[in-house]
Amino acid sequence: MNTLFKLTWVELKLFVREPITVVFTLALPIIFLVVMGGVFGNEPSTGDMIIYRGVGAMDYYMPSYYGLVMMAIGTVALPVHLTGYRERGVLRRFRASSFSVWSVLGSQMMVSFVIAIIGSILITIVGIVAYHPHLPVYPWLLVAAFIIGTICFTCFGFFLGAVLPSTRSAQGIGLILFFVMMIVGGAGPPPEVLTGPMRVVGDITPLHWVIFMLQDPWLGFGWHTSASLITVGVTLVSAGLAARFFRWE
Amino acid sequence: MSPVISVRNLRKTYGKTVAVADISFEVDEGEIFGLLGPNGAGKTTTVECLQALRRPDSGDIRVLGFDTLTEAQAMRRRIGSQLQESALPDRIKVWEALDLFASLAPEPLDWRVLIEQWGLADKRRASFSSLSGGQRQRLFIALALVNNPKVVFLDEMTAGLDPAARRVAWDLIRAIRDKGSTVVLVTHFMDEAENLCDRVAVVDSGKIVASDTPRGLIARHTSEVRVIFSTDFADLAFLEKVPGVTAVTKRGPRVEVEGSGPVLALVAAALVGRGIIPADLSVEQPSLEDVFLKLTGHTVGE
Repeated sequence: MNTLFKLTWVELKLFVREPITVVFTLALPIIFLVVMGGVFGNEPSTGDMIIYRGVGAMDYYMPSYYGLVMMAIGTVALPVHLTGYRERGVLRRFRASSFSVWSVLGSQMMVSFVIAIIGSILITIVGIVAYHPHLPVYPWLLVAAFIIGTICFTCFGFFLGAVLPSTRSAQGIGLILFFVMMIVGGAGPPPEVLTGPMRVVGDITPLHWVIFMLQDPWLGFGWHTSASLITVGVTLVSAGLAARFFRWE
Repeated sequence: MSPVISVRNLRKTYGKTVAVADISFEVDEGEIFGLLGPNGAGKTTTVECLQALRRPDSGDIRVLGFDTLTEAQAMRRRIGSQLQESALPDRIKVWEALDLFASLAPEPLDWRVLIEQWGLADKRRASFSSLSGGQRQRLFIALALVNNPKVVFLDEMTAGLDPAARRVAWDLIRAIRDKGSTVVLVTHFMDEAENLCDRVAVVDSGKIVASDTPRGLIARHTSEVRVIFSTDFADLAFLEKVPGVTAVTKRGPRVEVEGSGPVLALVAAALVGRGIIPADLSVEQPSLEDVFLKLTGHTVGE
């Protein structure tokens, strides 16, 4: 247990010392928030075309960007980190010194939570100060959705980190997944304006469902059962594949 | 007393390449045991199997009584390990790595002492990526020792160290042995094996070709001692009658006498008896290098 916490603490410090991941997970969502808020404000859409599920853009984006932070961890930060560890022999070094797979992955899970929480707090502060969105209607349901979403994308990151052969491939595939998911998964343009194949691709991204799961308690729609079940499914499949394909070297 | 390490008929192949053909040996508690051989002889594969980092094709390995196949994790907690190919996160600091690795052990050593001993005190706050090759090597050795292990595996531990640092490293490893730990040393440096090891196994092409104390190996596998001196005295035929002498060669004033047994004392006595008192009388003992050459037919670098 001591090792798990020590490793988590060291990993947090390493995270802060790595500018690229800090930019992707913490700074980028803030920049999007500021830009999207500046463009769309927070007035619900009226007229023929209902966008943003009928709520204000900022009410829509606040929980979406919580999801964006989680997704950045799962597609970019974790896969690049884990493949780099394996490629450079860090995992080999850990293994020889009796670090267990549980302490290695457990520490990453804890780091994911800390980053997701910090990222979401930053989004909340900036969003509230700049654009005055409505506050979450069901905060405890939001907390539950937050926990499930973070676990989901952390396991997704374990999966990518286990199957991708090198840091280069993790960077390439991770960035593609990040931008595709962001744009069509519900953290980019309003989902209602997506058409045809874009909407289909959007619907199959895990981010799409994590965002629904986060939005519904925030907006007062309740608990999105099907989104939460799909998210749990993605989590289980990712965790299973990660366990199956995890390699120390 | 049962041995700390016992290896029986270890075999490991990579595809068609036979890395370890058939290796068996035992290491007793408190020994510095060396695996000496050229690159590619199978030394590293052997110690990686011992640390359960590779799965042998066949053979039985016990380390501290643990079966490395089924009790790997329990065994790893009690051993120290310095690997040839491994790394730490680029931005981890020296003290953070030591503190982290110490947390794995129930009774770790004080890493503040290790950091001094291994000459890293002024690099305490330096990140891993900023360390030189020699500094990284010393950090890895310190990490191998910080969990206060019963057995330490050191794979080419002095690679990248300058001569002075090598001597310091040898002294520190001897000190670890004197405190009761067992050390398994992989090396291709003859002088390291000869100076540091209590016992050496010479490995070549995936097999152990000889195993003994360094002195024992030399005594058993080489016999010739060379006595060298200079003299203007022309007639040295009397030296060939000295017991043990096998050959006398004279090149100008320089004389080389080859022989076995206590040939130095006998040659010296014979010379003095004839009134020849050379100022530069010296003797060349055979080294492990000669043994290695004789056993394998090639030098360690080939």
